[in-house]
Amino acid sequence: MAIFVDQNTKVIVQGLTGGQGKYHGLRNKAYGTQIVAGVTPGKGGTDVEGIPVYNNVVEAVKATGATASFVTVPPKAASAAILEAAAAGITFIVCITEGIPAQDEARTYNTLIRDFPKVRLLGPNCPGIISPGKCNIGITAGEIAQLPTAKGPNVGIVSRSGTLTYQALYELKQLGIGVSTCVGIGGDPVPGTSFIDCLREFQADPETHAIIMIGEIGGSAEEEAAEFIKANVTKPMSAYIAGVTAPAGKKMGHAGAIVSGGKGTAQGKMDALRDAGVKVGNNPTEAGQLMATIVAGLS
Amino acid sequence: MDLFEYQGKQYFARYDIPVSKGDVAVTVDQAIAAADAAGYPVVVKAQVQVGGRGKAGGIKLANNADEVRTHAGNILGMDIKGHVVKRVWVENASDIAEEYYASFTLDRGAKKHLLMLSREGGVEIEEVAEKNPAAILMLHIDPVDGLSAAAAKKAAVDAKIPDAAQQGVADILVKLYRCFVEGDCDLAEINPLILKPTGEVHALDAKVSLDENAEFRHPEWAEFQATVELDARELLAREKGLQYIGLDGTVGIIANGAGLAMSTLDVVNQVGGSAANFLDIGGGANADVMAGALEVINSDKNVKSIFINIFGGITRGDEVAKGIVEALGRVDLRAPIVIRLDGTNATEGRDILKNAGIPESKLTSKSTMLEAAEAAVALAK
Repeated sequence: MAIFVDQNTKVIVQGLTGGQGKYHGLRNKAYGTQIVAGVTPGKGGTDVEGIPVYNNVVEAVKATGATASFVTVPPKAASAAILEAAAAGITFIVCITEGIPAQDEARTYNTLIRDFPKVRLLGPNCPGIISPGKCNIGITAGEIAQLPTAKGPNVGIVSRSGTLTYQALYELKQLGIGVSTCVGIGGDPVPGTSFIDCLREFQADPETHAIIMIGEIGGSAEEEAAEFIKANVTKPMSAYIAGVTAPAGKKMGHAGAIVSGGKGTAQGKMDALRDAGVKVGNNPTEAGQLMATIVAGLS
Repeated sequence: MDLFEYQGKQYFARYDIPVSKGDVAVTVDQAIAAADAAGYPVVVKAQVQVGGRGKAGGIKLANNADEVRTHAGNILGMDIKGHVVKRVWVENASDIAEEYYASFTLDRGAKKHLLMLSREGGVEIEEVAEKNPAAILMLHIDPVDGLSAAAAKKAAVDAKIPDAAQQGVADILVKLYRCFVEGDCDLAEINPLILKPTGEVHALDAKVSLDENAEFRHPEWAEFQATVELDARELLAREKGLQYIGLDGTVGIIANGAGLAMSTLDVVNQVGGSAANFLDIGGGANADVMAGALEVINSDKNVKSIFINIFGGITRGDEVAKGIVEALGRVDLRAPIVIRLDGTNATEGRDILKNAGIPESKLTSKSTMLEAAEAAVALAK
């Protein structure tokens, strides 16, 4: 088991013929992911190192039976690509595109939940998802993920920050701790998948025995996750929040400060998580070590 | 990107939101010309992105050209909480019957647009939120539906805006929402939104923050970019397209990804050092970007050591290494580099650095973030 994706997940790459799409699509395939097709308008009938390319997602899905899509197209085109995938029957969409306007993200997210409620969007602006040994969609270097063991204990990772996701995988690998699934939800204003969505799945996944969560300053996603953990998560957790010493909020003015109601500081988030029974480290390494202690207690 | 008041008003005017007649001025003579055109009496307002302008003497009423000369002369060059006034906005003075508050933002928690409307305007909205939260109407708007004229009218009624102003406020809400959405704002705020004794509703101030991700579809934003106030390091960083924020410490930081950059600052701080900057070279950074980042760090006289913390995903370790080698050939770096390189193509990257013949006094490689931070902080002492 793993969450969201596994060895049976068939994946198309929207933007496979672009530089990033080709590089990461082929890397994902080399990792063992079932990359079954690419989609680039106007390039249907060609192929990228043996992967067939279609003009649109409908054709690609019809030909391959794919259920997941890896969207790696420029910001201007990303929202349309996501909605095209959803309309064509794709149910799991990973969008790594960075720099999508917030207004587009908000509209796309709300269109998805209204018109395509069964579709899950991961990202935008996220590193993707890896179920080690089974499926890797996105830009994570697969070799830094420790394979899970049949007996466990295995750890699930959920992170808001791209590079800190790799850091978490790396810390666990150093400690020899297996990973069930690692999900990078991305740090954009309107992420398609939240901490809570992932925590719910990890809690239900028999292959996941403990969970690491990596957050950062801003917004209130971590505080909401802490409330969810208190009520619903029985698996042990460690966490790290980036940004204790970060330069104070450049972003919002007055209105933003009220929306978050004093939430958003690293300290506030750490306190909320500790209050929910999560062991919180002061840096990624410490969060990894705390997890090692948890795992030692489980095995 | 935060706009000055005058830019916000000019932006509002594009969406037909009523603002006072006026113009921006950088000299006293320009201020007088602006006042003559706007019609007396006028208000001369310091253009700085900091609160408390009025208390600092940065907002003055002038009844004639002589008074404009005096006030503009005093205000231009004035220091308001560390912000030097370079421009004044001169506008026709408005009579005020009542003051309200209106804003649109994105509520990240609810993933919807949020309207905040209050009949208690003209004061800091945080203050209202604290003392009398019931006086603020909060209304979530589904971005797919948008804000209809009927919903805007209902909001005005629900916020207990007086009868005489309800329609005027509702009209402005619809226009402000269009400005917020089509204008790609992170924040569009009017405080105060005034009712004049003559019955018109009017934006007396403008606070606008633009979403820089949407710049590609707003060529008109170029003029706003020109007035963003940055220090020399930040200017250089922007020329090179880097996410950079200057700080006061001695360890120069280069990392890929905002999260890792923040984390790097934290770890440097935990081992007793202080960061000179926040610099995220982003995903997919290549040799050119890395060389540019090093040039920016090198321009900071406070930097005693440079900590490069890269964990490759899109960013490839070999590209980062090539950039460092290239930069060392191009720039005479004053401070030694400590690097921690992991992830995509990290082995190739480490080999490139090893084989480049860089002396250890200029570059050391560490295998963990913590060790690298300790080494960088030791070099900065």
